[in-house]
Amino acid sequence: MTAVTDRQRMAYIATQASEARVNVELQTEDMTLNLGPQHPATHGTLRVVAKLNGEQVIDADVVCGYMHRGYEKLTEVRTYPQVTTLINRIDWLSSFANEVPFILAAEKLMDIEAPPRAQYIRTMFFEMARIANIGLFLGEMALQVGALTPAFYAFRDREFVLNQIEAATGGRFHPNYDRIGGLKEDLPKGWVAETQAVMKRLREFCDELEGLVAGNVIFENRCRGVGVIPAEVGKAYGVSGANIRASGVDWDLRRDEPSPLVWKDLDWKVWTHPDGDSFARYWVRLQEVREATLMVDQMLEGLPAGPIQAKVPRIIKVPAGEAWVHTDNPLGEMGFYIVSQGGLGPFRCKIRSASFNNVSVLPWLLRGTYVPDIITILASLYFILGDIDR
Amino acid sequence: MIALVAAVHMPYWLETVIKVVVVLGVIPMMALMLGYVFLMKMMSHMQSRLGPMDAGPHGVLQLVADGVKFLQKEDLTPANADKWVFALAPLLVLISTFLLYVVVPAGPRLVVQDLNTGIFFALAVSSISVIGVLMAGWASANKYSLLGALRAAGQLIAYELPLVLAVIGVVIQAGTMSLQGIVHAQEHGAVFGFDNLGEPFILTQLVGFLLFLMASQAELTQTPFDMPVAESELVAGYMTEYSGFRFLFFFMGEFGTAAALSAIAATLYLGGWYVPGVHGTAADVIGPIVLITKMMLVAFLIFWVRFTYPRFREDQLQAFAWKYLIPIALANILITGLLKVAF
Repeated sequence: MTAVTDRQRMAYIATQASEARVNVELQTEDMTLNLGPQHPATHGTLRVVAKLNGEQVIDADVVCGYMHRGYEKLTEVRTYPQVTTLINRIDWLSSFANEVPFILAAEKLMDIEAPPRAQYIRTMFFEMARIANIGLFLGEMALQVGALTPAFYAFRDREFVLNQIEAATGGRFHPNYDRIGGLKEDLPKGWVAETQAVMKRLREFCDELEGLVAGNVIFENRCRGVGVIPAEVGKAYGVSGANIRASGVDWDLRRDEPSPLVWKDLDWKVWTHPDGDSFARYWVRLQEVREATLMVDQMLEGLPAGPIQAKVPRIIKVPAGEAWVHTDNPLGEMGFYIVSQGGLGPFRCKIRSASFNNVSVLPWLLRGTYVPDIITILASLYFILGDIDR
Repeated sequence: MIALVAAVHMPYWLETVIKVVVVLGVIPMMALMLGYVFLMKMMSHMQSRLGPMDAGPHGVLQLVADGVKFLQKEDLTPANADKWVFALAPLLVLISTFLLYVVVPAGPRLVVQDLNTGIFFALAVSSISVIGVLMAGWASANKYSLLGALRAAGQLIAYELPLVLAVIGVVIQAGTMSLQGIVHAQEHGAVFGFDNLGEPFILTQLVGFLLFLMASQAELTQTPFDMPVAESELVAGYMTEYSGFRFLFFFMGEFGTAAALSAIAATLYLGGWYVPGVHGTAADVIGPIVLITKMMLVAFLIFWVRFTYPRFREDQLQAFAWKYLIPIALANILITGLLKVAF
């Protein structure tokens, strides 16, 4: 911690000094550039107020809250089954992954556990949500750095995953599939074989992008060494998920946290990268998508038979108590802290979403960079506005 | 057409009027053609989508429809804008495009004006657009526009140099600066012992050709050199505040210049309107078709790169010009000069 504050103070003094010197020498004036809330690069309503000296950022401030929908408060006036509809819309690109920690927390309070088949399917859709979400990032990041084409490839191939999610759940974007004690319904006929084909296709997509984007020398020049988050700074700001793994921290809640989901039964690897720059974040996510397709394949093979729903009362009442469940969502650590007083709905619900903490490192990160780097850094941190503002 | 005109000995004023009409017709046609073939259809197919399909067969008339749409839009001028400069800037960009076409020959007699310093003139007028871009950025009273315009100025100055230096190799080989003369110089020579096939300069000036392509890509502010209009950073750079037909002018300027620079590259390196075995009046007839074919080939390369690569950062862009392109261009001139003296 002390190292961070020292470094920050030094950086601040240095920028102040250079600013003063430039102002005296050239009589220049700083320019305040308002990036957002409506700007093509912030894919949503994030606003970055950057103070510029030429194209160099002297100071940056992140303003969020333009899309605040008050979900934490809204959960208090809804029953548990109704809440999943809301939290689908937090990180809207991987909606199913939002449902899981909430349902797990409710199950923890009620002390019931879904049957193994349901747990397998849950984990599978969790990883498929990751593929759909991060698969889009892989093209999106290239778009922000200036290459148009990979974004279209990403949209094209993500559609295959969304089709599979839609075939099983009925919802393309917002599945609303997870239930307390199990799932809404079982998988349709022929779904397993189709999904295996899709996963193979998605691995080809990863290979394609590894050559087209990660292997592109201009892309590497734009991303290497840009927006370096040292491990301790990342930890101090609560950066999580692929962002912190790209800083060399070997921390993945799927492996490190005991969970009723079946990650522990699978053979997989947590990818890390020592550099902590934008390129490392892209690379780690690329590997994670490929790893996720392999995990889905394993789960499809080992899918147990049996019921998909445990016995739950007709009207779900959660006993009084408190529960905290967090999972490693596509964007990072997402957690639900539920306080129940025995009613039909939560008494209080605190949602810890990954993007809010991930973007909080931005003012520290943007100082001293250049305008094009702002975009690279914003893109590589990969946030969803709904996940920042809730 | 001009060939016929020349044959009948029209009065000077009539000839001039016809030339003006031809140029005025050719440039929007070229811009439309490149815009449709490459920006709309080729990009779409590369990105596994169809692109416009409804306006005309395969959406051929899409750009016409877009043009009509632009004309109907409100001509907005920001309240703080410097009105006159704001209005003049797109015209200046377009003038630079129009002047480029003056010296490009489409046949032995099909040229608006065959200047004996043709290529020098073309490169000189192509830089006028920088002034237009700077004016647009400054007059818009918008920070994104200003950043975009300053980037454009820095970039166009840096890449003007490799563009000129790349051409010098051809000028040394041809011994003339007239574009018509350069085409004639490529009519003679032998390729692998076959006579009468001509000798396009791309065979000896491949390095120069690649340099010219890269530099013209930067001149056109197309990806990977599209810093001035960087969509994801600067919204639309210096064009941010422009709407309606003024925006259309910028669009036509961009694609008209792309066509002109491709045509110049085709003339310099691929033999221009010349095709083996065709001489005299026949060359005047099929010359334009040959030139347009070659121009489309060059434009294909430019747009292919545009749709494939990410964007440079400003400092990397400058480093690329000064550290790589210019030294290579200088070495190319040196070697060409030595060989010219030796043989």
